[in-house]
Amino acid sequence: MTEQVRIRPRNRVLAWVEERLPILSFTASHTTGYYAPKNFNVMYYFGSLALLVLVNQIVTGIFLTMNYNPSAAGAFASVEYIMRDVEWGWLIRYMHEVGASMFFIVVYLHMFRGLMYGSYKKPRELVWLLGMLIFLTLMAEAFMGYVLPWGNMSFWGAKVIISLFSAVPVIGNALVNWIMGDFFPADATLNRFFALHVIALPLVLLLLVVLHLSALHEVGSNNPDGVEIKQKKGPEGHPLDGIPFHPYYTVKDLFGVGIFLIICAFIIFFEPTVGGWFLEHDNFIPANNLVTPTEIKPVWYFTPFYAILRVIPSKGLGVIALAASIIVLFLVPWLDRGKVKSIRYRGLGYKVALGLFAIVFVLLGSIGAGKTTEWIPEIFGPNADLTTIENTFGRILTVLYFGFFAFLWAYTYFGWEKTKPVPERVTMVQH
Amino acid sequence: MASEVIDKGRRKFLAGTTAVLGGIGVVVTAIPFIESWEPSARAKSAAAPVTIDIGKVESGQMIRYGWRGLPVFVVNRTSTQLAGLPAQDARLKDPKSQNTDQQPTYCQNEYRSIKPEWLVVVGICTHLGCVPDYKGEVKPEPWDPEWKGGFYCPCHKSRYDMSARVYDGVPAPANLVVPPYHFIDATHVQIGVDPAGAPT
Repeated sequence: MTEQVRIRPRNRVLAWVEERLPILSFTASHTTGYYAPKNFNVMYYFGSLALLVLVNQIVTGIFLTMNYNPSAAGAFASVEYIMRDVEWGWLIRYMHEVGASMFFIVVYLHMFRGLMYGSYKKPRELVWLLGMLIFLTLMAEAFMGYVLPWGNMSFWGAKVIISLFSAVPVIGNALVNWIMGDFFPADATLNRFFALHVIALPLVLLLLVVLHLSALHEVGSNNPDGVEIKQKKGPEGHPLDGIPFHPYYTVKDLFGVGIFLIICAFIIFFEPTVGGWFLEHDNFIPANNLVTPTEIKPVWYFTPFYAILRVIPSKGLGVIALAASIIVLFLVPWLDRGKVKSIRYRGLGYKVALGLFAIVFVLLGSIGAGKTTEWIPEIFGPNADLTTIENTFGRILTVLYFGFFAFLWAYTYFGWEKTKPVPERVTMVQH
Repeated sequence: MASEVIDKGRRKFLAGTTAVLGGIGVVVTAIPFIESWEPSARAKSAAAPVTIDIGKVESGQMIRYGWRGLPVFVVNRTSTQLAGLPAQDARLKDPKSQNTDQQPTYCQNEYRSIKPEWLVVVGICTHLGCVPDYKGEVKPEPWDPEWKGGFYCPCHKSRYDMSARVYDGVPAPANLVVPPYHFIDATHVQIGVDPAGAPT
């Protein structure tokens, strides 16, 4: 929660500015005046890390546009040019490319933290909704960014994802041509994706981040105990269990940044494609509209949702299920009727369900990435029917994915959950 | 000097009409921006007909050709492949090609073609737009021990028979599209133009 701090600078120039634009007071209110619970654990690093990656994407992105050529004829060659001829171009591109995947890693962990500690519950529903909108925008941003190098996987990925819109009744095919601006992904498609990727969506993303943080600072941060620290205030009016964000959490987050950057640097310098997970092999071949890669698959962060699309043997239903798998996440604050926030004090059912949900998400990802086609012959023998086994497995996982949300509602709505008493104050080990 | 009493009804009416008119203005202004995303005149004119020489295509062979940026498959079907077609009907989603969006009326037949041996289709899977592989050999395949030849999409495993009719139980919803085409002479086929006198 934010406390209004009024800064009156002694320096006359600063004082002059401050009287007209209270920028120092604003900054202080949201740093030294922002009281966050004192019991944050390791799961609370990912918000600030996401912000760091966003800054990295914007800065490296600006420098990439200086040498990138957004045309079907020149895009692939200009990316090669950045990699080979531009001074340090390879580093800037790899920072951007690894940054994209790291963005999704920290965002997924950030969202999982929200599910663990009930950070989406009253009064933080809007924080969750704005966060989900950020996630959605990020998916669009990442998809369009992936198209820009105009490799063969860029081209076919664009084709497959845009074709999803042909499932819309009546106007489907016209809609697809409208999105592409041609009858196949062409120059027009690449140009508009470039415009959206570098201007439109980053602006939306920044606006949403500001709203996400504003909503958070209004209601205050949740914590691993799910205790509202506002309710117990000391004689000075500060929450007893709260500490100022600056310097306490800026220092903690800086430590997290240190570890995070070491990991990022290791990936960037030693394994920038991460064996085809961060950058797919087929994307080192220029786009070819007459030859499809042997297996079209999205980058890892889309694979769980893509698997849901893939295992459903009907185009319309597959697209509906894909959309539903994301929309249902928006509804979590209203599906979960439980009053207890933190997993520490929730019923065993929730703990098991959330654990299972995380496993299901990862397994769906492995199907979407085509990994099961490698595993099935090892488990079921070389003559196994790949399609049937994969589809059956994938459909069970899809049911379990949606089952988590159905269970969450039923479990809390019918009062089956046996919760533990929530403490009055936050708990933490004294160091 | 106006009256001291605020006429709230009038104020509401003025605010409302201003908002509605302004709203209409915004919507109308948005139209050119939305329309600017349509395929441009250049993109439309690039979609011209193409002529393919089929004189060197051997029996059982397939060639692919670009038309409107789409791969067009031309297959010279063997008698064995043609003989396997009727038996597939029970396993297909649309054996009689009743979905009229997928072919011109002059190709709405068992072979989905003008001449039985020559199959001309757009090689774009009706699921999500990948290019299916031509698997013309009549032999057991991993996905179908009774395979009578056809097309297999590597992306999501949709399968089509030798008339490019989609099998049941795969994600693709419809048969492959037969483009408008006609034979100029025995060895040349033009894609993008209906035969003379054909109902469109």
